[in-house]
Amino acid sequence: MLSVKKNEPIEFQEDLIEKFDEVVKRYPEGRQKSALLPILHLVQAAFGWLSVSAMDKVAHYLDIEPIEVYEVATFYTMFFLQPQGKYVLEVCRTGPCCLVGAERIMKHIEHRLGVKENEITPDGLFSWRGIECVAACGMGPVLQIGPEYTYYENLTEESIDQLIDQLRLKSSV
Amino acid sequence: MAQKLLLEHIQVPGIQSLEVYRQKGGYRAVEKALKQLSPEEVVEEVKKSGLRGRGGAGFPTGMKWSFLAKPEGVPRYLVCNADESEPGTFKDRYLMTHIPHALVEGMIVASYALGAHTSYIYVRGEMMPQIRILERAIAEAKAAGWLGKNILGSGYDLELYVQPGGGAYICGEETALLESLEGKRGNPRIKPPFPAIAGLYNCPTVVNNVESIAATVPILNMGGEAYAKIGIERSTGTKLISASGNINKPGVYEIELGLPVEEFIYSDEYCGGIAKGKRLKAVVAGGSSVPILPANLILKTAKGENRLMTYESLSDGGFASGTMLGSGGFIVFDEDQCIVRNTWNFARFYHHESCGQCSPCREGTGWMEKVLHRLEHGHGHQSDIDLLVDVSKKIEGNTICPLGDAAAWPVASAIRHFRDEFEWHVTQGQEAQVRNYGLAHYADPLALAE
Repeated sequence: MLSVKKNEPIEFQEDLIEKFDEVVKRYPEGRQKSALLPILHLVQAAFGWLSVSAMDKVAHYLDIEPIEVYEVATFYTMFFLQPQGKYVLEVCRTGPCCLVGAERIMKHIEHRLGVKENEITPDGLFSWRGIECVAACGMGPVLQIGPEYTYYENLTEESIDQLIDQLRLKSSV
Repeated sequence: MAQKLLLEHIQVPGIQSLEVYRQKGGYRAVEKALKQLSPEEVVEEVKKSGLRGRGGAGFPTGMKWSFLAKPEGVPRYLVCNADESEPGTFKDRYLMTHIPHALVEGMIVASYALGAHTSYIYVRGEMMPQIRILERAIAEAKAAGWLGKNILGSGYDLELYVQPGGGAYICGEETALLESLEGKRGNPRIKPPFPAIAGLYNCPTVVNNVESIAATVPILNMGGEAYAKIGIERSTGTKLISASGNINKPGVYEIELGLPVEEFIYSDEYCGGIAKGKRLKAVVAGGSSVPILPANLILKTAKGENRLMTYESLSDGGFASGTMLGSGGFIVFDEDQCIVRNTWNFARFYHHESCGQCSPCREGTGWMEKVLHRLEHGHGHQSDIDLLVDVSKKIEGNTICPLGDAAAWPVASAIRHFRDEFEWHVTQGQEAQVRNYGLAHYADPLALAE
């Protein structure tokens, strides 16, 4: 669901617009709409999620209707339509990972962070969710963290604890 | 030791770089194609090789190429399908991570054969690290003159770009992928027209899987006829198999097609047997969509012949007793795994990934998920089992794209082969919450013989 309540005005920095310009060059004249997914990834990497005002700005940049951006942002599961924790732990919950313990890993994350799926920890650092197969079944259980989508493989309760501690430390310095 | 064509140099330090890839004979296929062969001759070599689409459908690649329309003055496109999202499949990720130039080289060869001057590699968005790796490889190749204007003085121009997806299984379906590449929702298109006539931007387009495109490199290097000698009958060449689940050595293996399934599971060269000394219960041999088979039927066909890793042998017996090679996503279940729970998990996956365009799939996948949830949690009725079969039949064949079939087959096959386990979940609903059904009569025939 689009977030319309937290719709504050937004500005795109010049270096972000320059990245948009680079992307648009990949497609034939008049096919700039093809740049929509790559640009939404760039916006999400910069702001952490996609607000309606950010999407409206993208529509304006690409010279398409805002609804064309909304319908795409709501279709693809990688795009966050609500604010998230600084680090979103996305754990694969599909069959092959479950054969090697993904459900146990998700329970542990919930317990360790003390928040339910899609909720944000009070310090704003973390949220987590189960996602569908990320093509890393041989290394399961796995989780990914955007915006670079770094993978953490062969997860155990201990490696989850270490990861969460490391991320806490990283954001405190 | 089996012959390796795609992964031969994967352990070589630095093989990600153009320099080392070149030292190992990289880009010879591009030199051969652009300097010695006409585009038609490249298509001919691929036809001779017998290469079949490695994404799952198994359609002959050379034939797909020869269907490409070539109207005057209209651009043609090659789009690589690197959306790899079939559960159980992770071979393309492995190839792109470790040997990205194999895909870049294949893209140049295939684009030349098809007369495409702009080509795209559509990579699922979650593979951002692989997107960076490919972009680096493309920049290296371009700086060295393997891409861009007048490659090797041949007069052939090619630009190659990487496009990220947004997290949608459906975009592995080629027309949904093209919609997505055009910046839209990934709703599959009604065919015809096929992409070969009207694909990307309404222009003639070929969409090929990563592994199919990479395979054109050894095919050109060794010649189509030599490639066709590897493997058995119409299953030619080598195939990357992604092995996961309860095995000792999960990972990506390049096999010569024709390898016995039993050897693949138990040999130390491949899966290394079932983990923790357990026994084999079931296998999904070609990605989550293909029918699940119990241990006895995956190792031997209903006729009692050894099952082989080929398109033909895995589908021997049809869906009554066979399955499919599919994408090569080989998921192994040990005796402790619950078939009902896994079937519910897969049904939830397909419900989540249905694009919602066709009602049999949009509604049917949801109902299957709900009914399986009820069965798994001990609240099922005996009639639920036939209800699931009925819903699956009403989805199968009644949708625009194959996602409907892909959702129906795992449910129908699980009930076909493991009906007693589903019934036990109804009659012993409480017990099913605390223990698993176990192996029952699906015992691994090898272990029994010992």
